[in-house]
Amino acid sequence: MTETKHAAAPPDVGAALPAIELAGVAKEYRAHGETVAAVRGLDLEIAQGEFFSLLGPSGCGKTTTLRIIAGFEEPTAGRVYLHGADVTGVPANKRDVNMVFQSYALFPHMSVWDNVAFGLRRRRVPKEEIRARVGEMLETVDLTGREKRRPAELSGGQQQRVALARALVNRPRALLLDEPLGALDQKLRQAMQVELKRIQREVGITFVYVTHDQGEALTMSDRIAVMNDGRVEQLGTPREIYERPATRFVAGFIGTSNLLAGEVERIGDGRAVISYGPDGRIEVPLRPALPAAPGRRLELTVRPEKITIGTERPGGALCAVRGTVTEVVYLGTSTNYNVSTATGADVVVFTQNATSADHVAARGDTVWLSWEPRHSYAMGAAQ
Amino acid sequence: MTAPATSSPRAPRRRVRRRAVRSGRVLHLYTVLLIAWLLLPIAVMILFGFNDTHSKQNYRWEGFTLRWYRHLFDKRDLTAALVNSLTIALLSTAISTVIGTAAGLALGRHRFRGRGAANLVLFMAISCPEIVMGASLLSMFVTFNLPRGYPTILAAHVMFSIAFVAVTVRARVVGLDPSVEEAAQDLGAGPWTRFRLVTLPMIMPGVVSGALLAFVLSIDDFVITSFTSGATVTFPLWIYGSTRTGTPPQVNVMGTLICAVGVVVALVSARRNVRRLQADRDARGD
Ligand SMILES: Nc1ncnc2c1ncn2[C@@H]1O[C@H](COP(=O)(O)OP(=O)(O)OP(=O)(O)O)[C@@H](O)[C@H]1O
Ligand SMILES: [Mg+2]
Repeated sequence: MTETKHAAAPPDVGAALPAIELAGVAKEYRAHGETVAAVRGLDLEIAQGEFFSLLGPSGCGKTTTLRIIAGFEEPTAGRVYLHGADVTGVPANKRDVNMVFQSYALFPHMSVWDNVAFGLRRRRVPKEEIRARVGEMLETVDLTGREKRRPAELSGGQQQRVALARALVNRPRALLLDEPLGALDQKLRQAMQVELKRIQREVGITFVYVTHDQGEALTMSDRIAVMNDGRVEQLGTPREIYERPATRFVAGFIGTSNLLAGEVERIGDGRAVISYGPDGRIEVPLRPALPAAPGRRLELTVRPEKITIGTERPGGALCAVRGTVTEVVYLGTSTNYNVSTATGADVVVFTQNATSADHVAARGDTVWLSWEPRHSYAMGAAQ
Repeated sequence: MTAPATSSPRAPRRRVRRRAVRSGRVLHLYTVLLIAWLLLPIAVMILFGFNDTHSKQNYRWEGFTLRWYRHLFDKRDLTAALVNSLTIALLSTAISTVIGTAAGLALGRHRFRGRGAANLVLFMAISCPEIVMGASLLSMFVTFNLPRGYPTILAAHVMFSIAFVAVTVRARVVGLDPSVEEAAQDLGAGPWTRFRLVTLPMIMPGVVSGALLAFVLSIDDFVITSFTSGATVTFPLWIYGSTRTGTPPQVNVMGTLICAVGVVVALVSARRNVRRLQADRDARGD
C-alpha cells in the first residue's frame, strides 16, 4: 500500500517508469471482408497514480484502446508496456490491471461479497486477508451491510460501486474504466464523479477513464487525450485542452467554441490585429508556429463565457464585434445568447445572472460583443 | 358543485369493477375446464392402478385394491423393460446434456465456419418426423450390419436429445452479456475456472431444462425405439406389445409413479423459484 501512496506523489518523484505505455499501437478489425481501422498508431505514456482520460466521440476507438491495455484485444501493430514490462501477447488474466465494464458485468449468481472476493480468491490470497480486504473495500465504496445481496437486488449506483470495488480490491497497477457512469442518471452521475475522484485519491491507483462526456473528463482528469478517428488529437491537462485547443476538432468537441475568421490588418507586439466586418476589430496573441501575415485570413476561437454583451461599443483595447441577437435562452443562473455577426458567423455568449435581473438584450437587438485579447485563441489560416 | 364532481368518476369505476368480476368468473370457469380436460386421462390412469380386476383386461371398474402396488415388480419382463427405459433415459440424458451444452455454448457465443450448417442440422433433427428418422436409422444399422439392441437405442436417443439440449442452452447463451466472462478473465480466472464459476452457473437454467426435456423425450419414446431396439424391450415397447393380450394394472401403477416423480420435480423447482423471489423481495425491502 505504501508503495502506491508514494507513486501518487508528484510525477517527477516516481516517474522512472510510466504505469502504462503504448508504443505505436494500432488495431484493425476484419468485418465482412473489410478492414476497419479502430486505432491508428497510438503513443501514450500514462504516469503512475495519474487520472488519465480518453475522451472522444462515439466510434473513435476509446474502448478498443482500453481493451488493448486490458489484454482482451491484441494490437495489430505496436507494443504495450505495463511498468516497463512488455505485455503484448499476454492474456488478460495474467495482466496486473483491472477493468470496470460499462455494463458492470457483475456475476449475477454471486453475492456482493463473492463478487468482490473473486479476484483475490483466484490469486489464492489467504482467507483472513480476503476477509479484511473485501470488508475494507466495501466500506470504501459505502456498501457495508449489503454483502449478501445479489447484484439484481441493488440500484444502478450500488451496482456501479460493486464493480468498482471488485476491481480495486485487487490493488491493480492500473484501473481501466469504460464509461463507468454512462448508465446512471445525471444527478447520480455527478455524485459518482466526486466519489470516484475521492477513491482514486485514497487508493492512489492509476485510472484510465474512457468517456465521451467532456464535462466529466474536464472535472476529473489530471490529463486528457482527446481522440478522433483512432488518433490522439491533443494530449494535455484539462486547462490546456480547454483554453488552447490544438485543432479545430478539439475546439469544437470540448465545450462550446466560437469560430471566427478575418483578414489580418497588421502584426505587432506579438499580436495580430484582425478587422472583422465593417467595424469589428479583434486582437489575437500569436504563437511561433502560426502562419500569420498581413493580408492573410486567420481563424480563431473565443469561449462563450469570456464574451461580454452590451449595447455600446466598448472602449480601450478590447476586441469588439457587432451583431444581432437571434436567440435568448434563460437558464436560471445564466443566460445564453446567440448572436449573428456581420460576416454571418454565429456567436454563442454565456452570461451569469449574478448581478442584474434584467436581460441585457432581447431578440432582434443590435449588440456589441467584447472580450479581452488574451481570450482570443488563434487556430490557423482560414480558407 | 362538489357532489357531481365526486360521484361522476365513481359510477364508471363501479362499472369497471363489475366487468372485472365478470371476466374473473369467466377466467375461473375456463381454468376449471382446462384442468379437467388435462387431468381426466391422468385420473383414469391413476384410478385403474387401483382396480381390483381379475380378468386379463383392465377396462372395467371392479372395486378398489392396493394389490398392484404390492405386486408391482411381479411381472419380470415388465420390470426389465422399465429398468431398460430408466437406464437408457438417464444415460442418454447425461451424454446428450454434455454434448448439447457444449454445442449450444459454441453456437450461441462464437462465429465459426460451419456454424450455419450446425444450426440447420439441429433444426432438422427437431423437425424431422420421428417415424421417418426411425426407419432411416434402421436401414442405416442394417446397411452397416450393426446388431440392433441396447447400444443402438441409446445412440438414437442421444442423437435426438442433443438437438433439444443445444437449442435450449443456445437460447440462454444468446441472452448473456459476454463481458461477464471477460470480467472473470480480467480478475485472473483461466478458461476452465471461468467456465466452472461463471459460465456454467449462468447457463444452468438452460442446461437443466434441456436435460429434463431429454429425459422426458427418452423415457417414453416409442417410434424411434421400435426401429432400433432389436430384441431389447423398453417400457413403451412392452406396453404396446401387451395391448393385444391385455395390459396389466402394474403398467398404470408404474405410469402413476413416473408421473408423481415428475410432479415432485416440478413442485421443488417452483418452490425454489418462489423462495428466491421471496428472498429478493426481503432483501430489497429494508
Ligand atoms: N469487434 C469489432 N469488429 C469490427 N469492428 C469493430 C469491433 N469493435 C469495434 N469496431 C470498430 O472500431 C471502431 C472503434 O470502436 P470502439 O468501440 O473502440 O469505439 P468507442 O470510441 O469506444 O465508441 P463508443 O463511444 O461508441 O463506445 C468503430 O468504428 C467500431 O465500429
Ligand atoms: Mg466504447
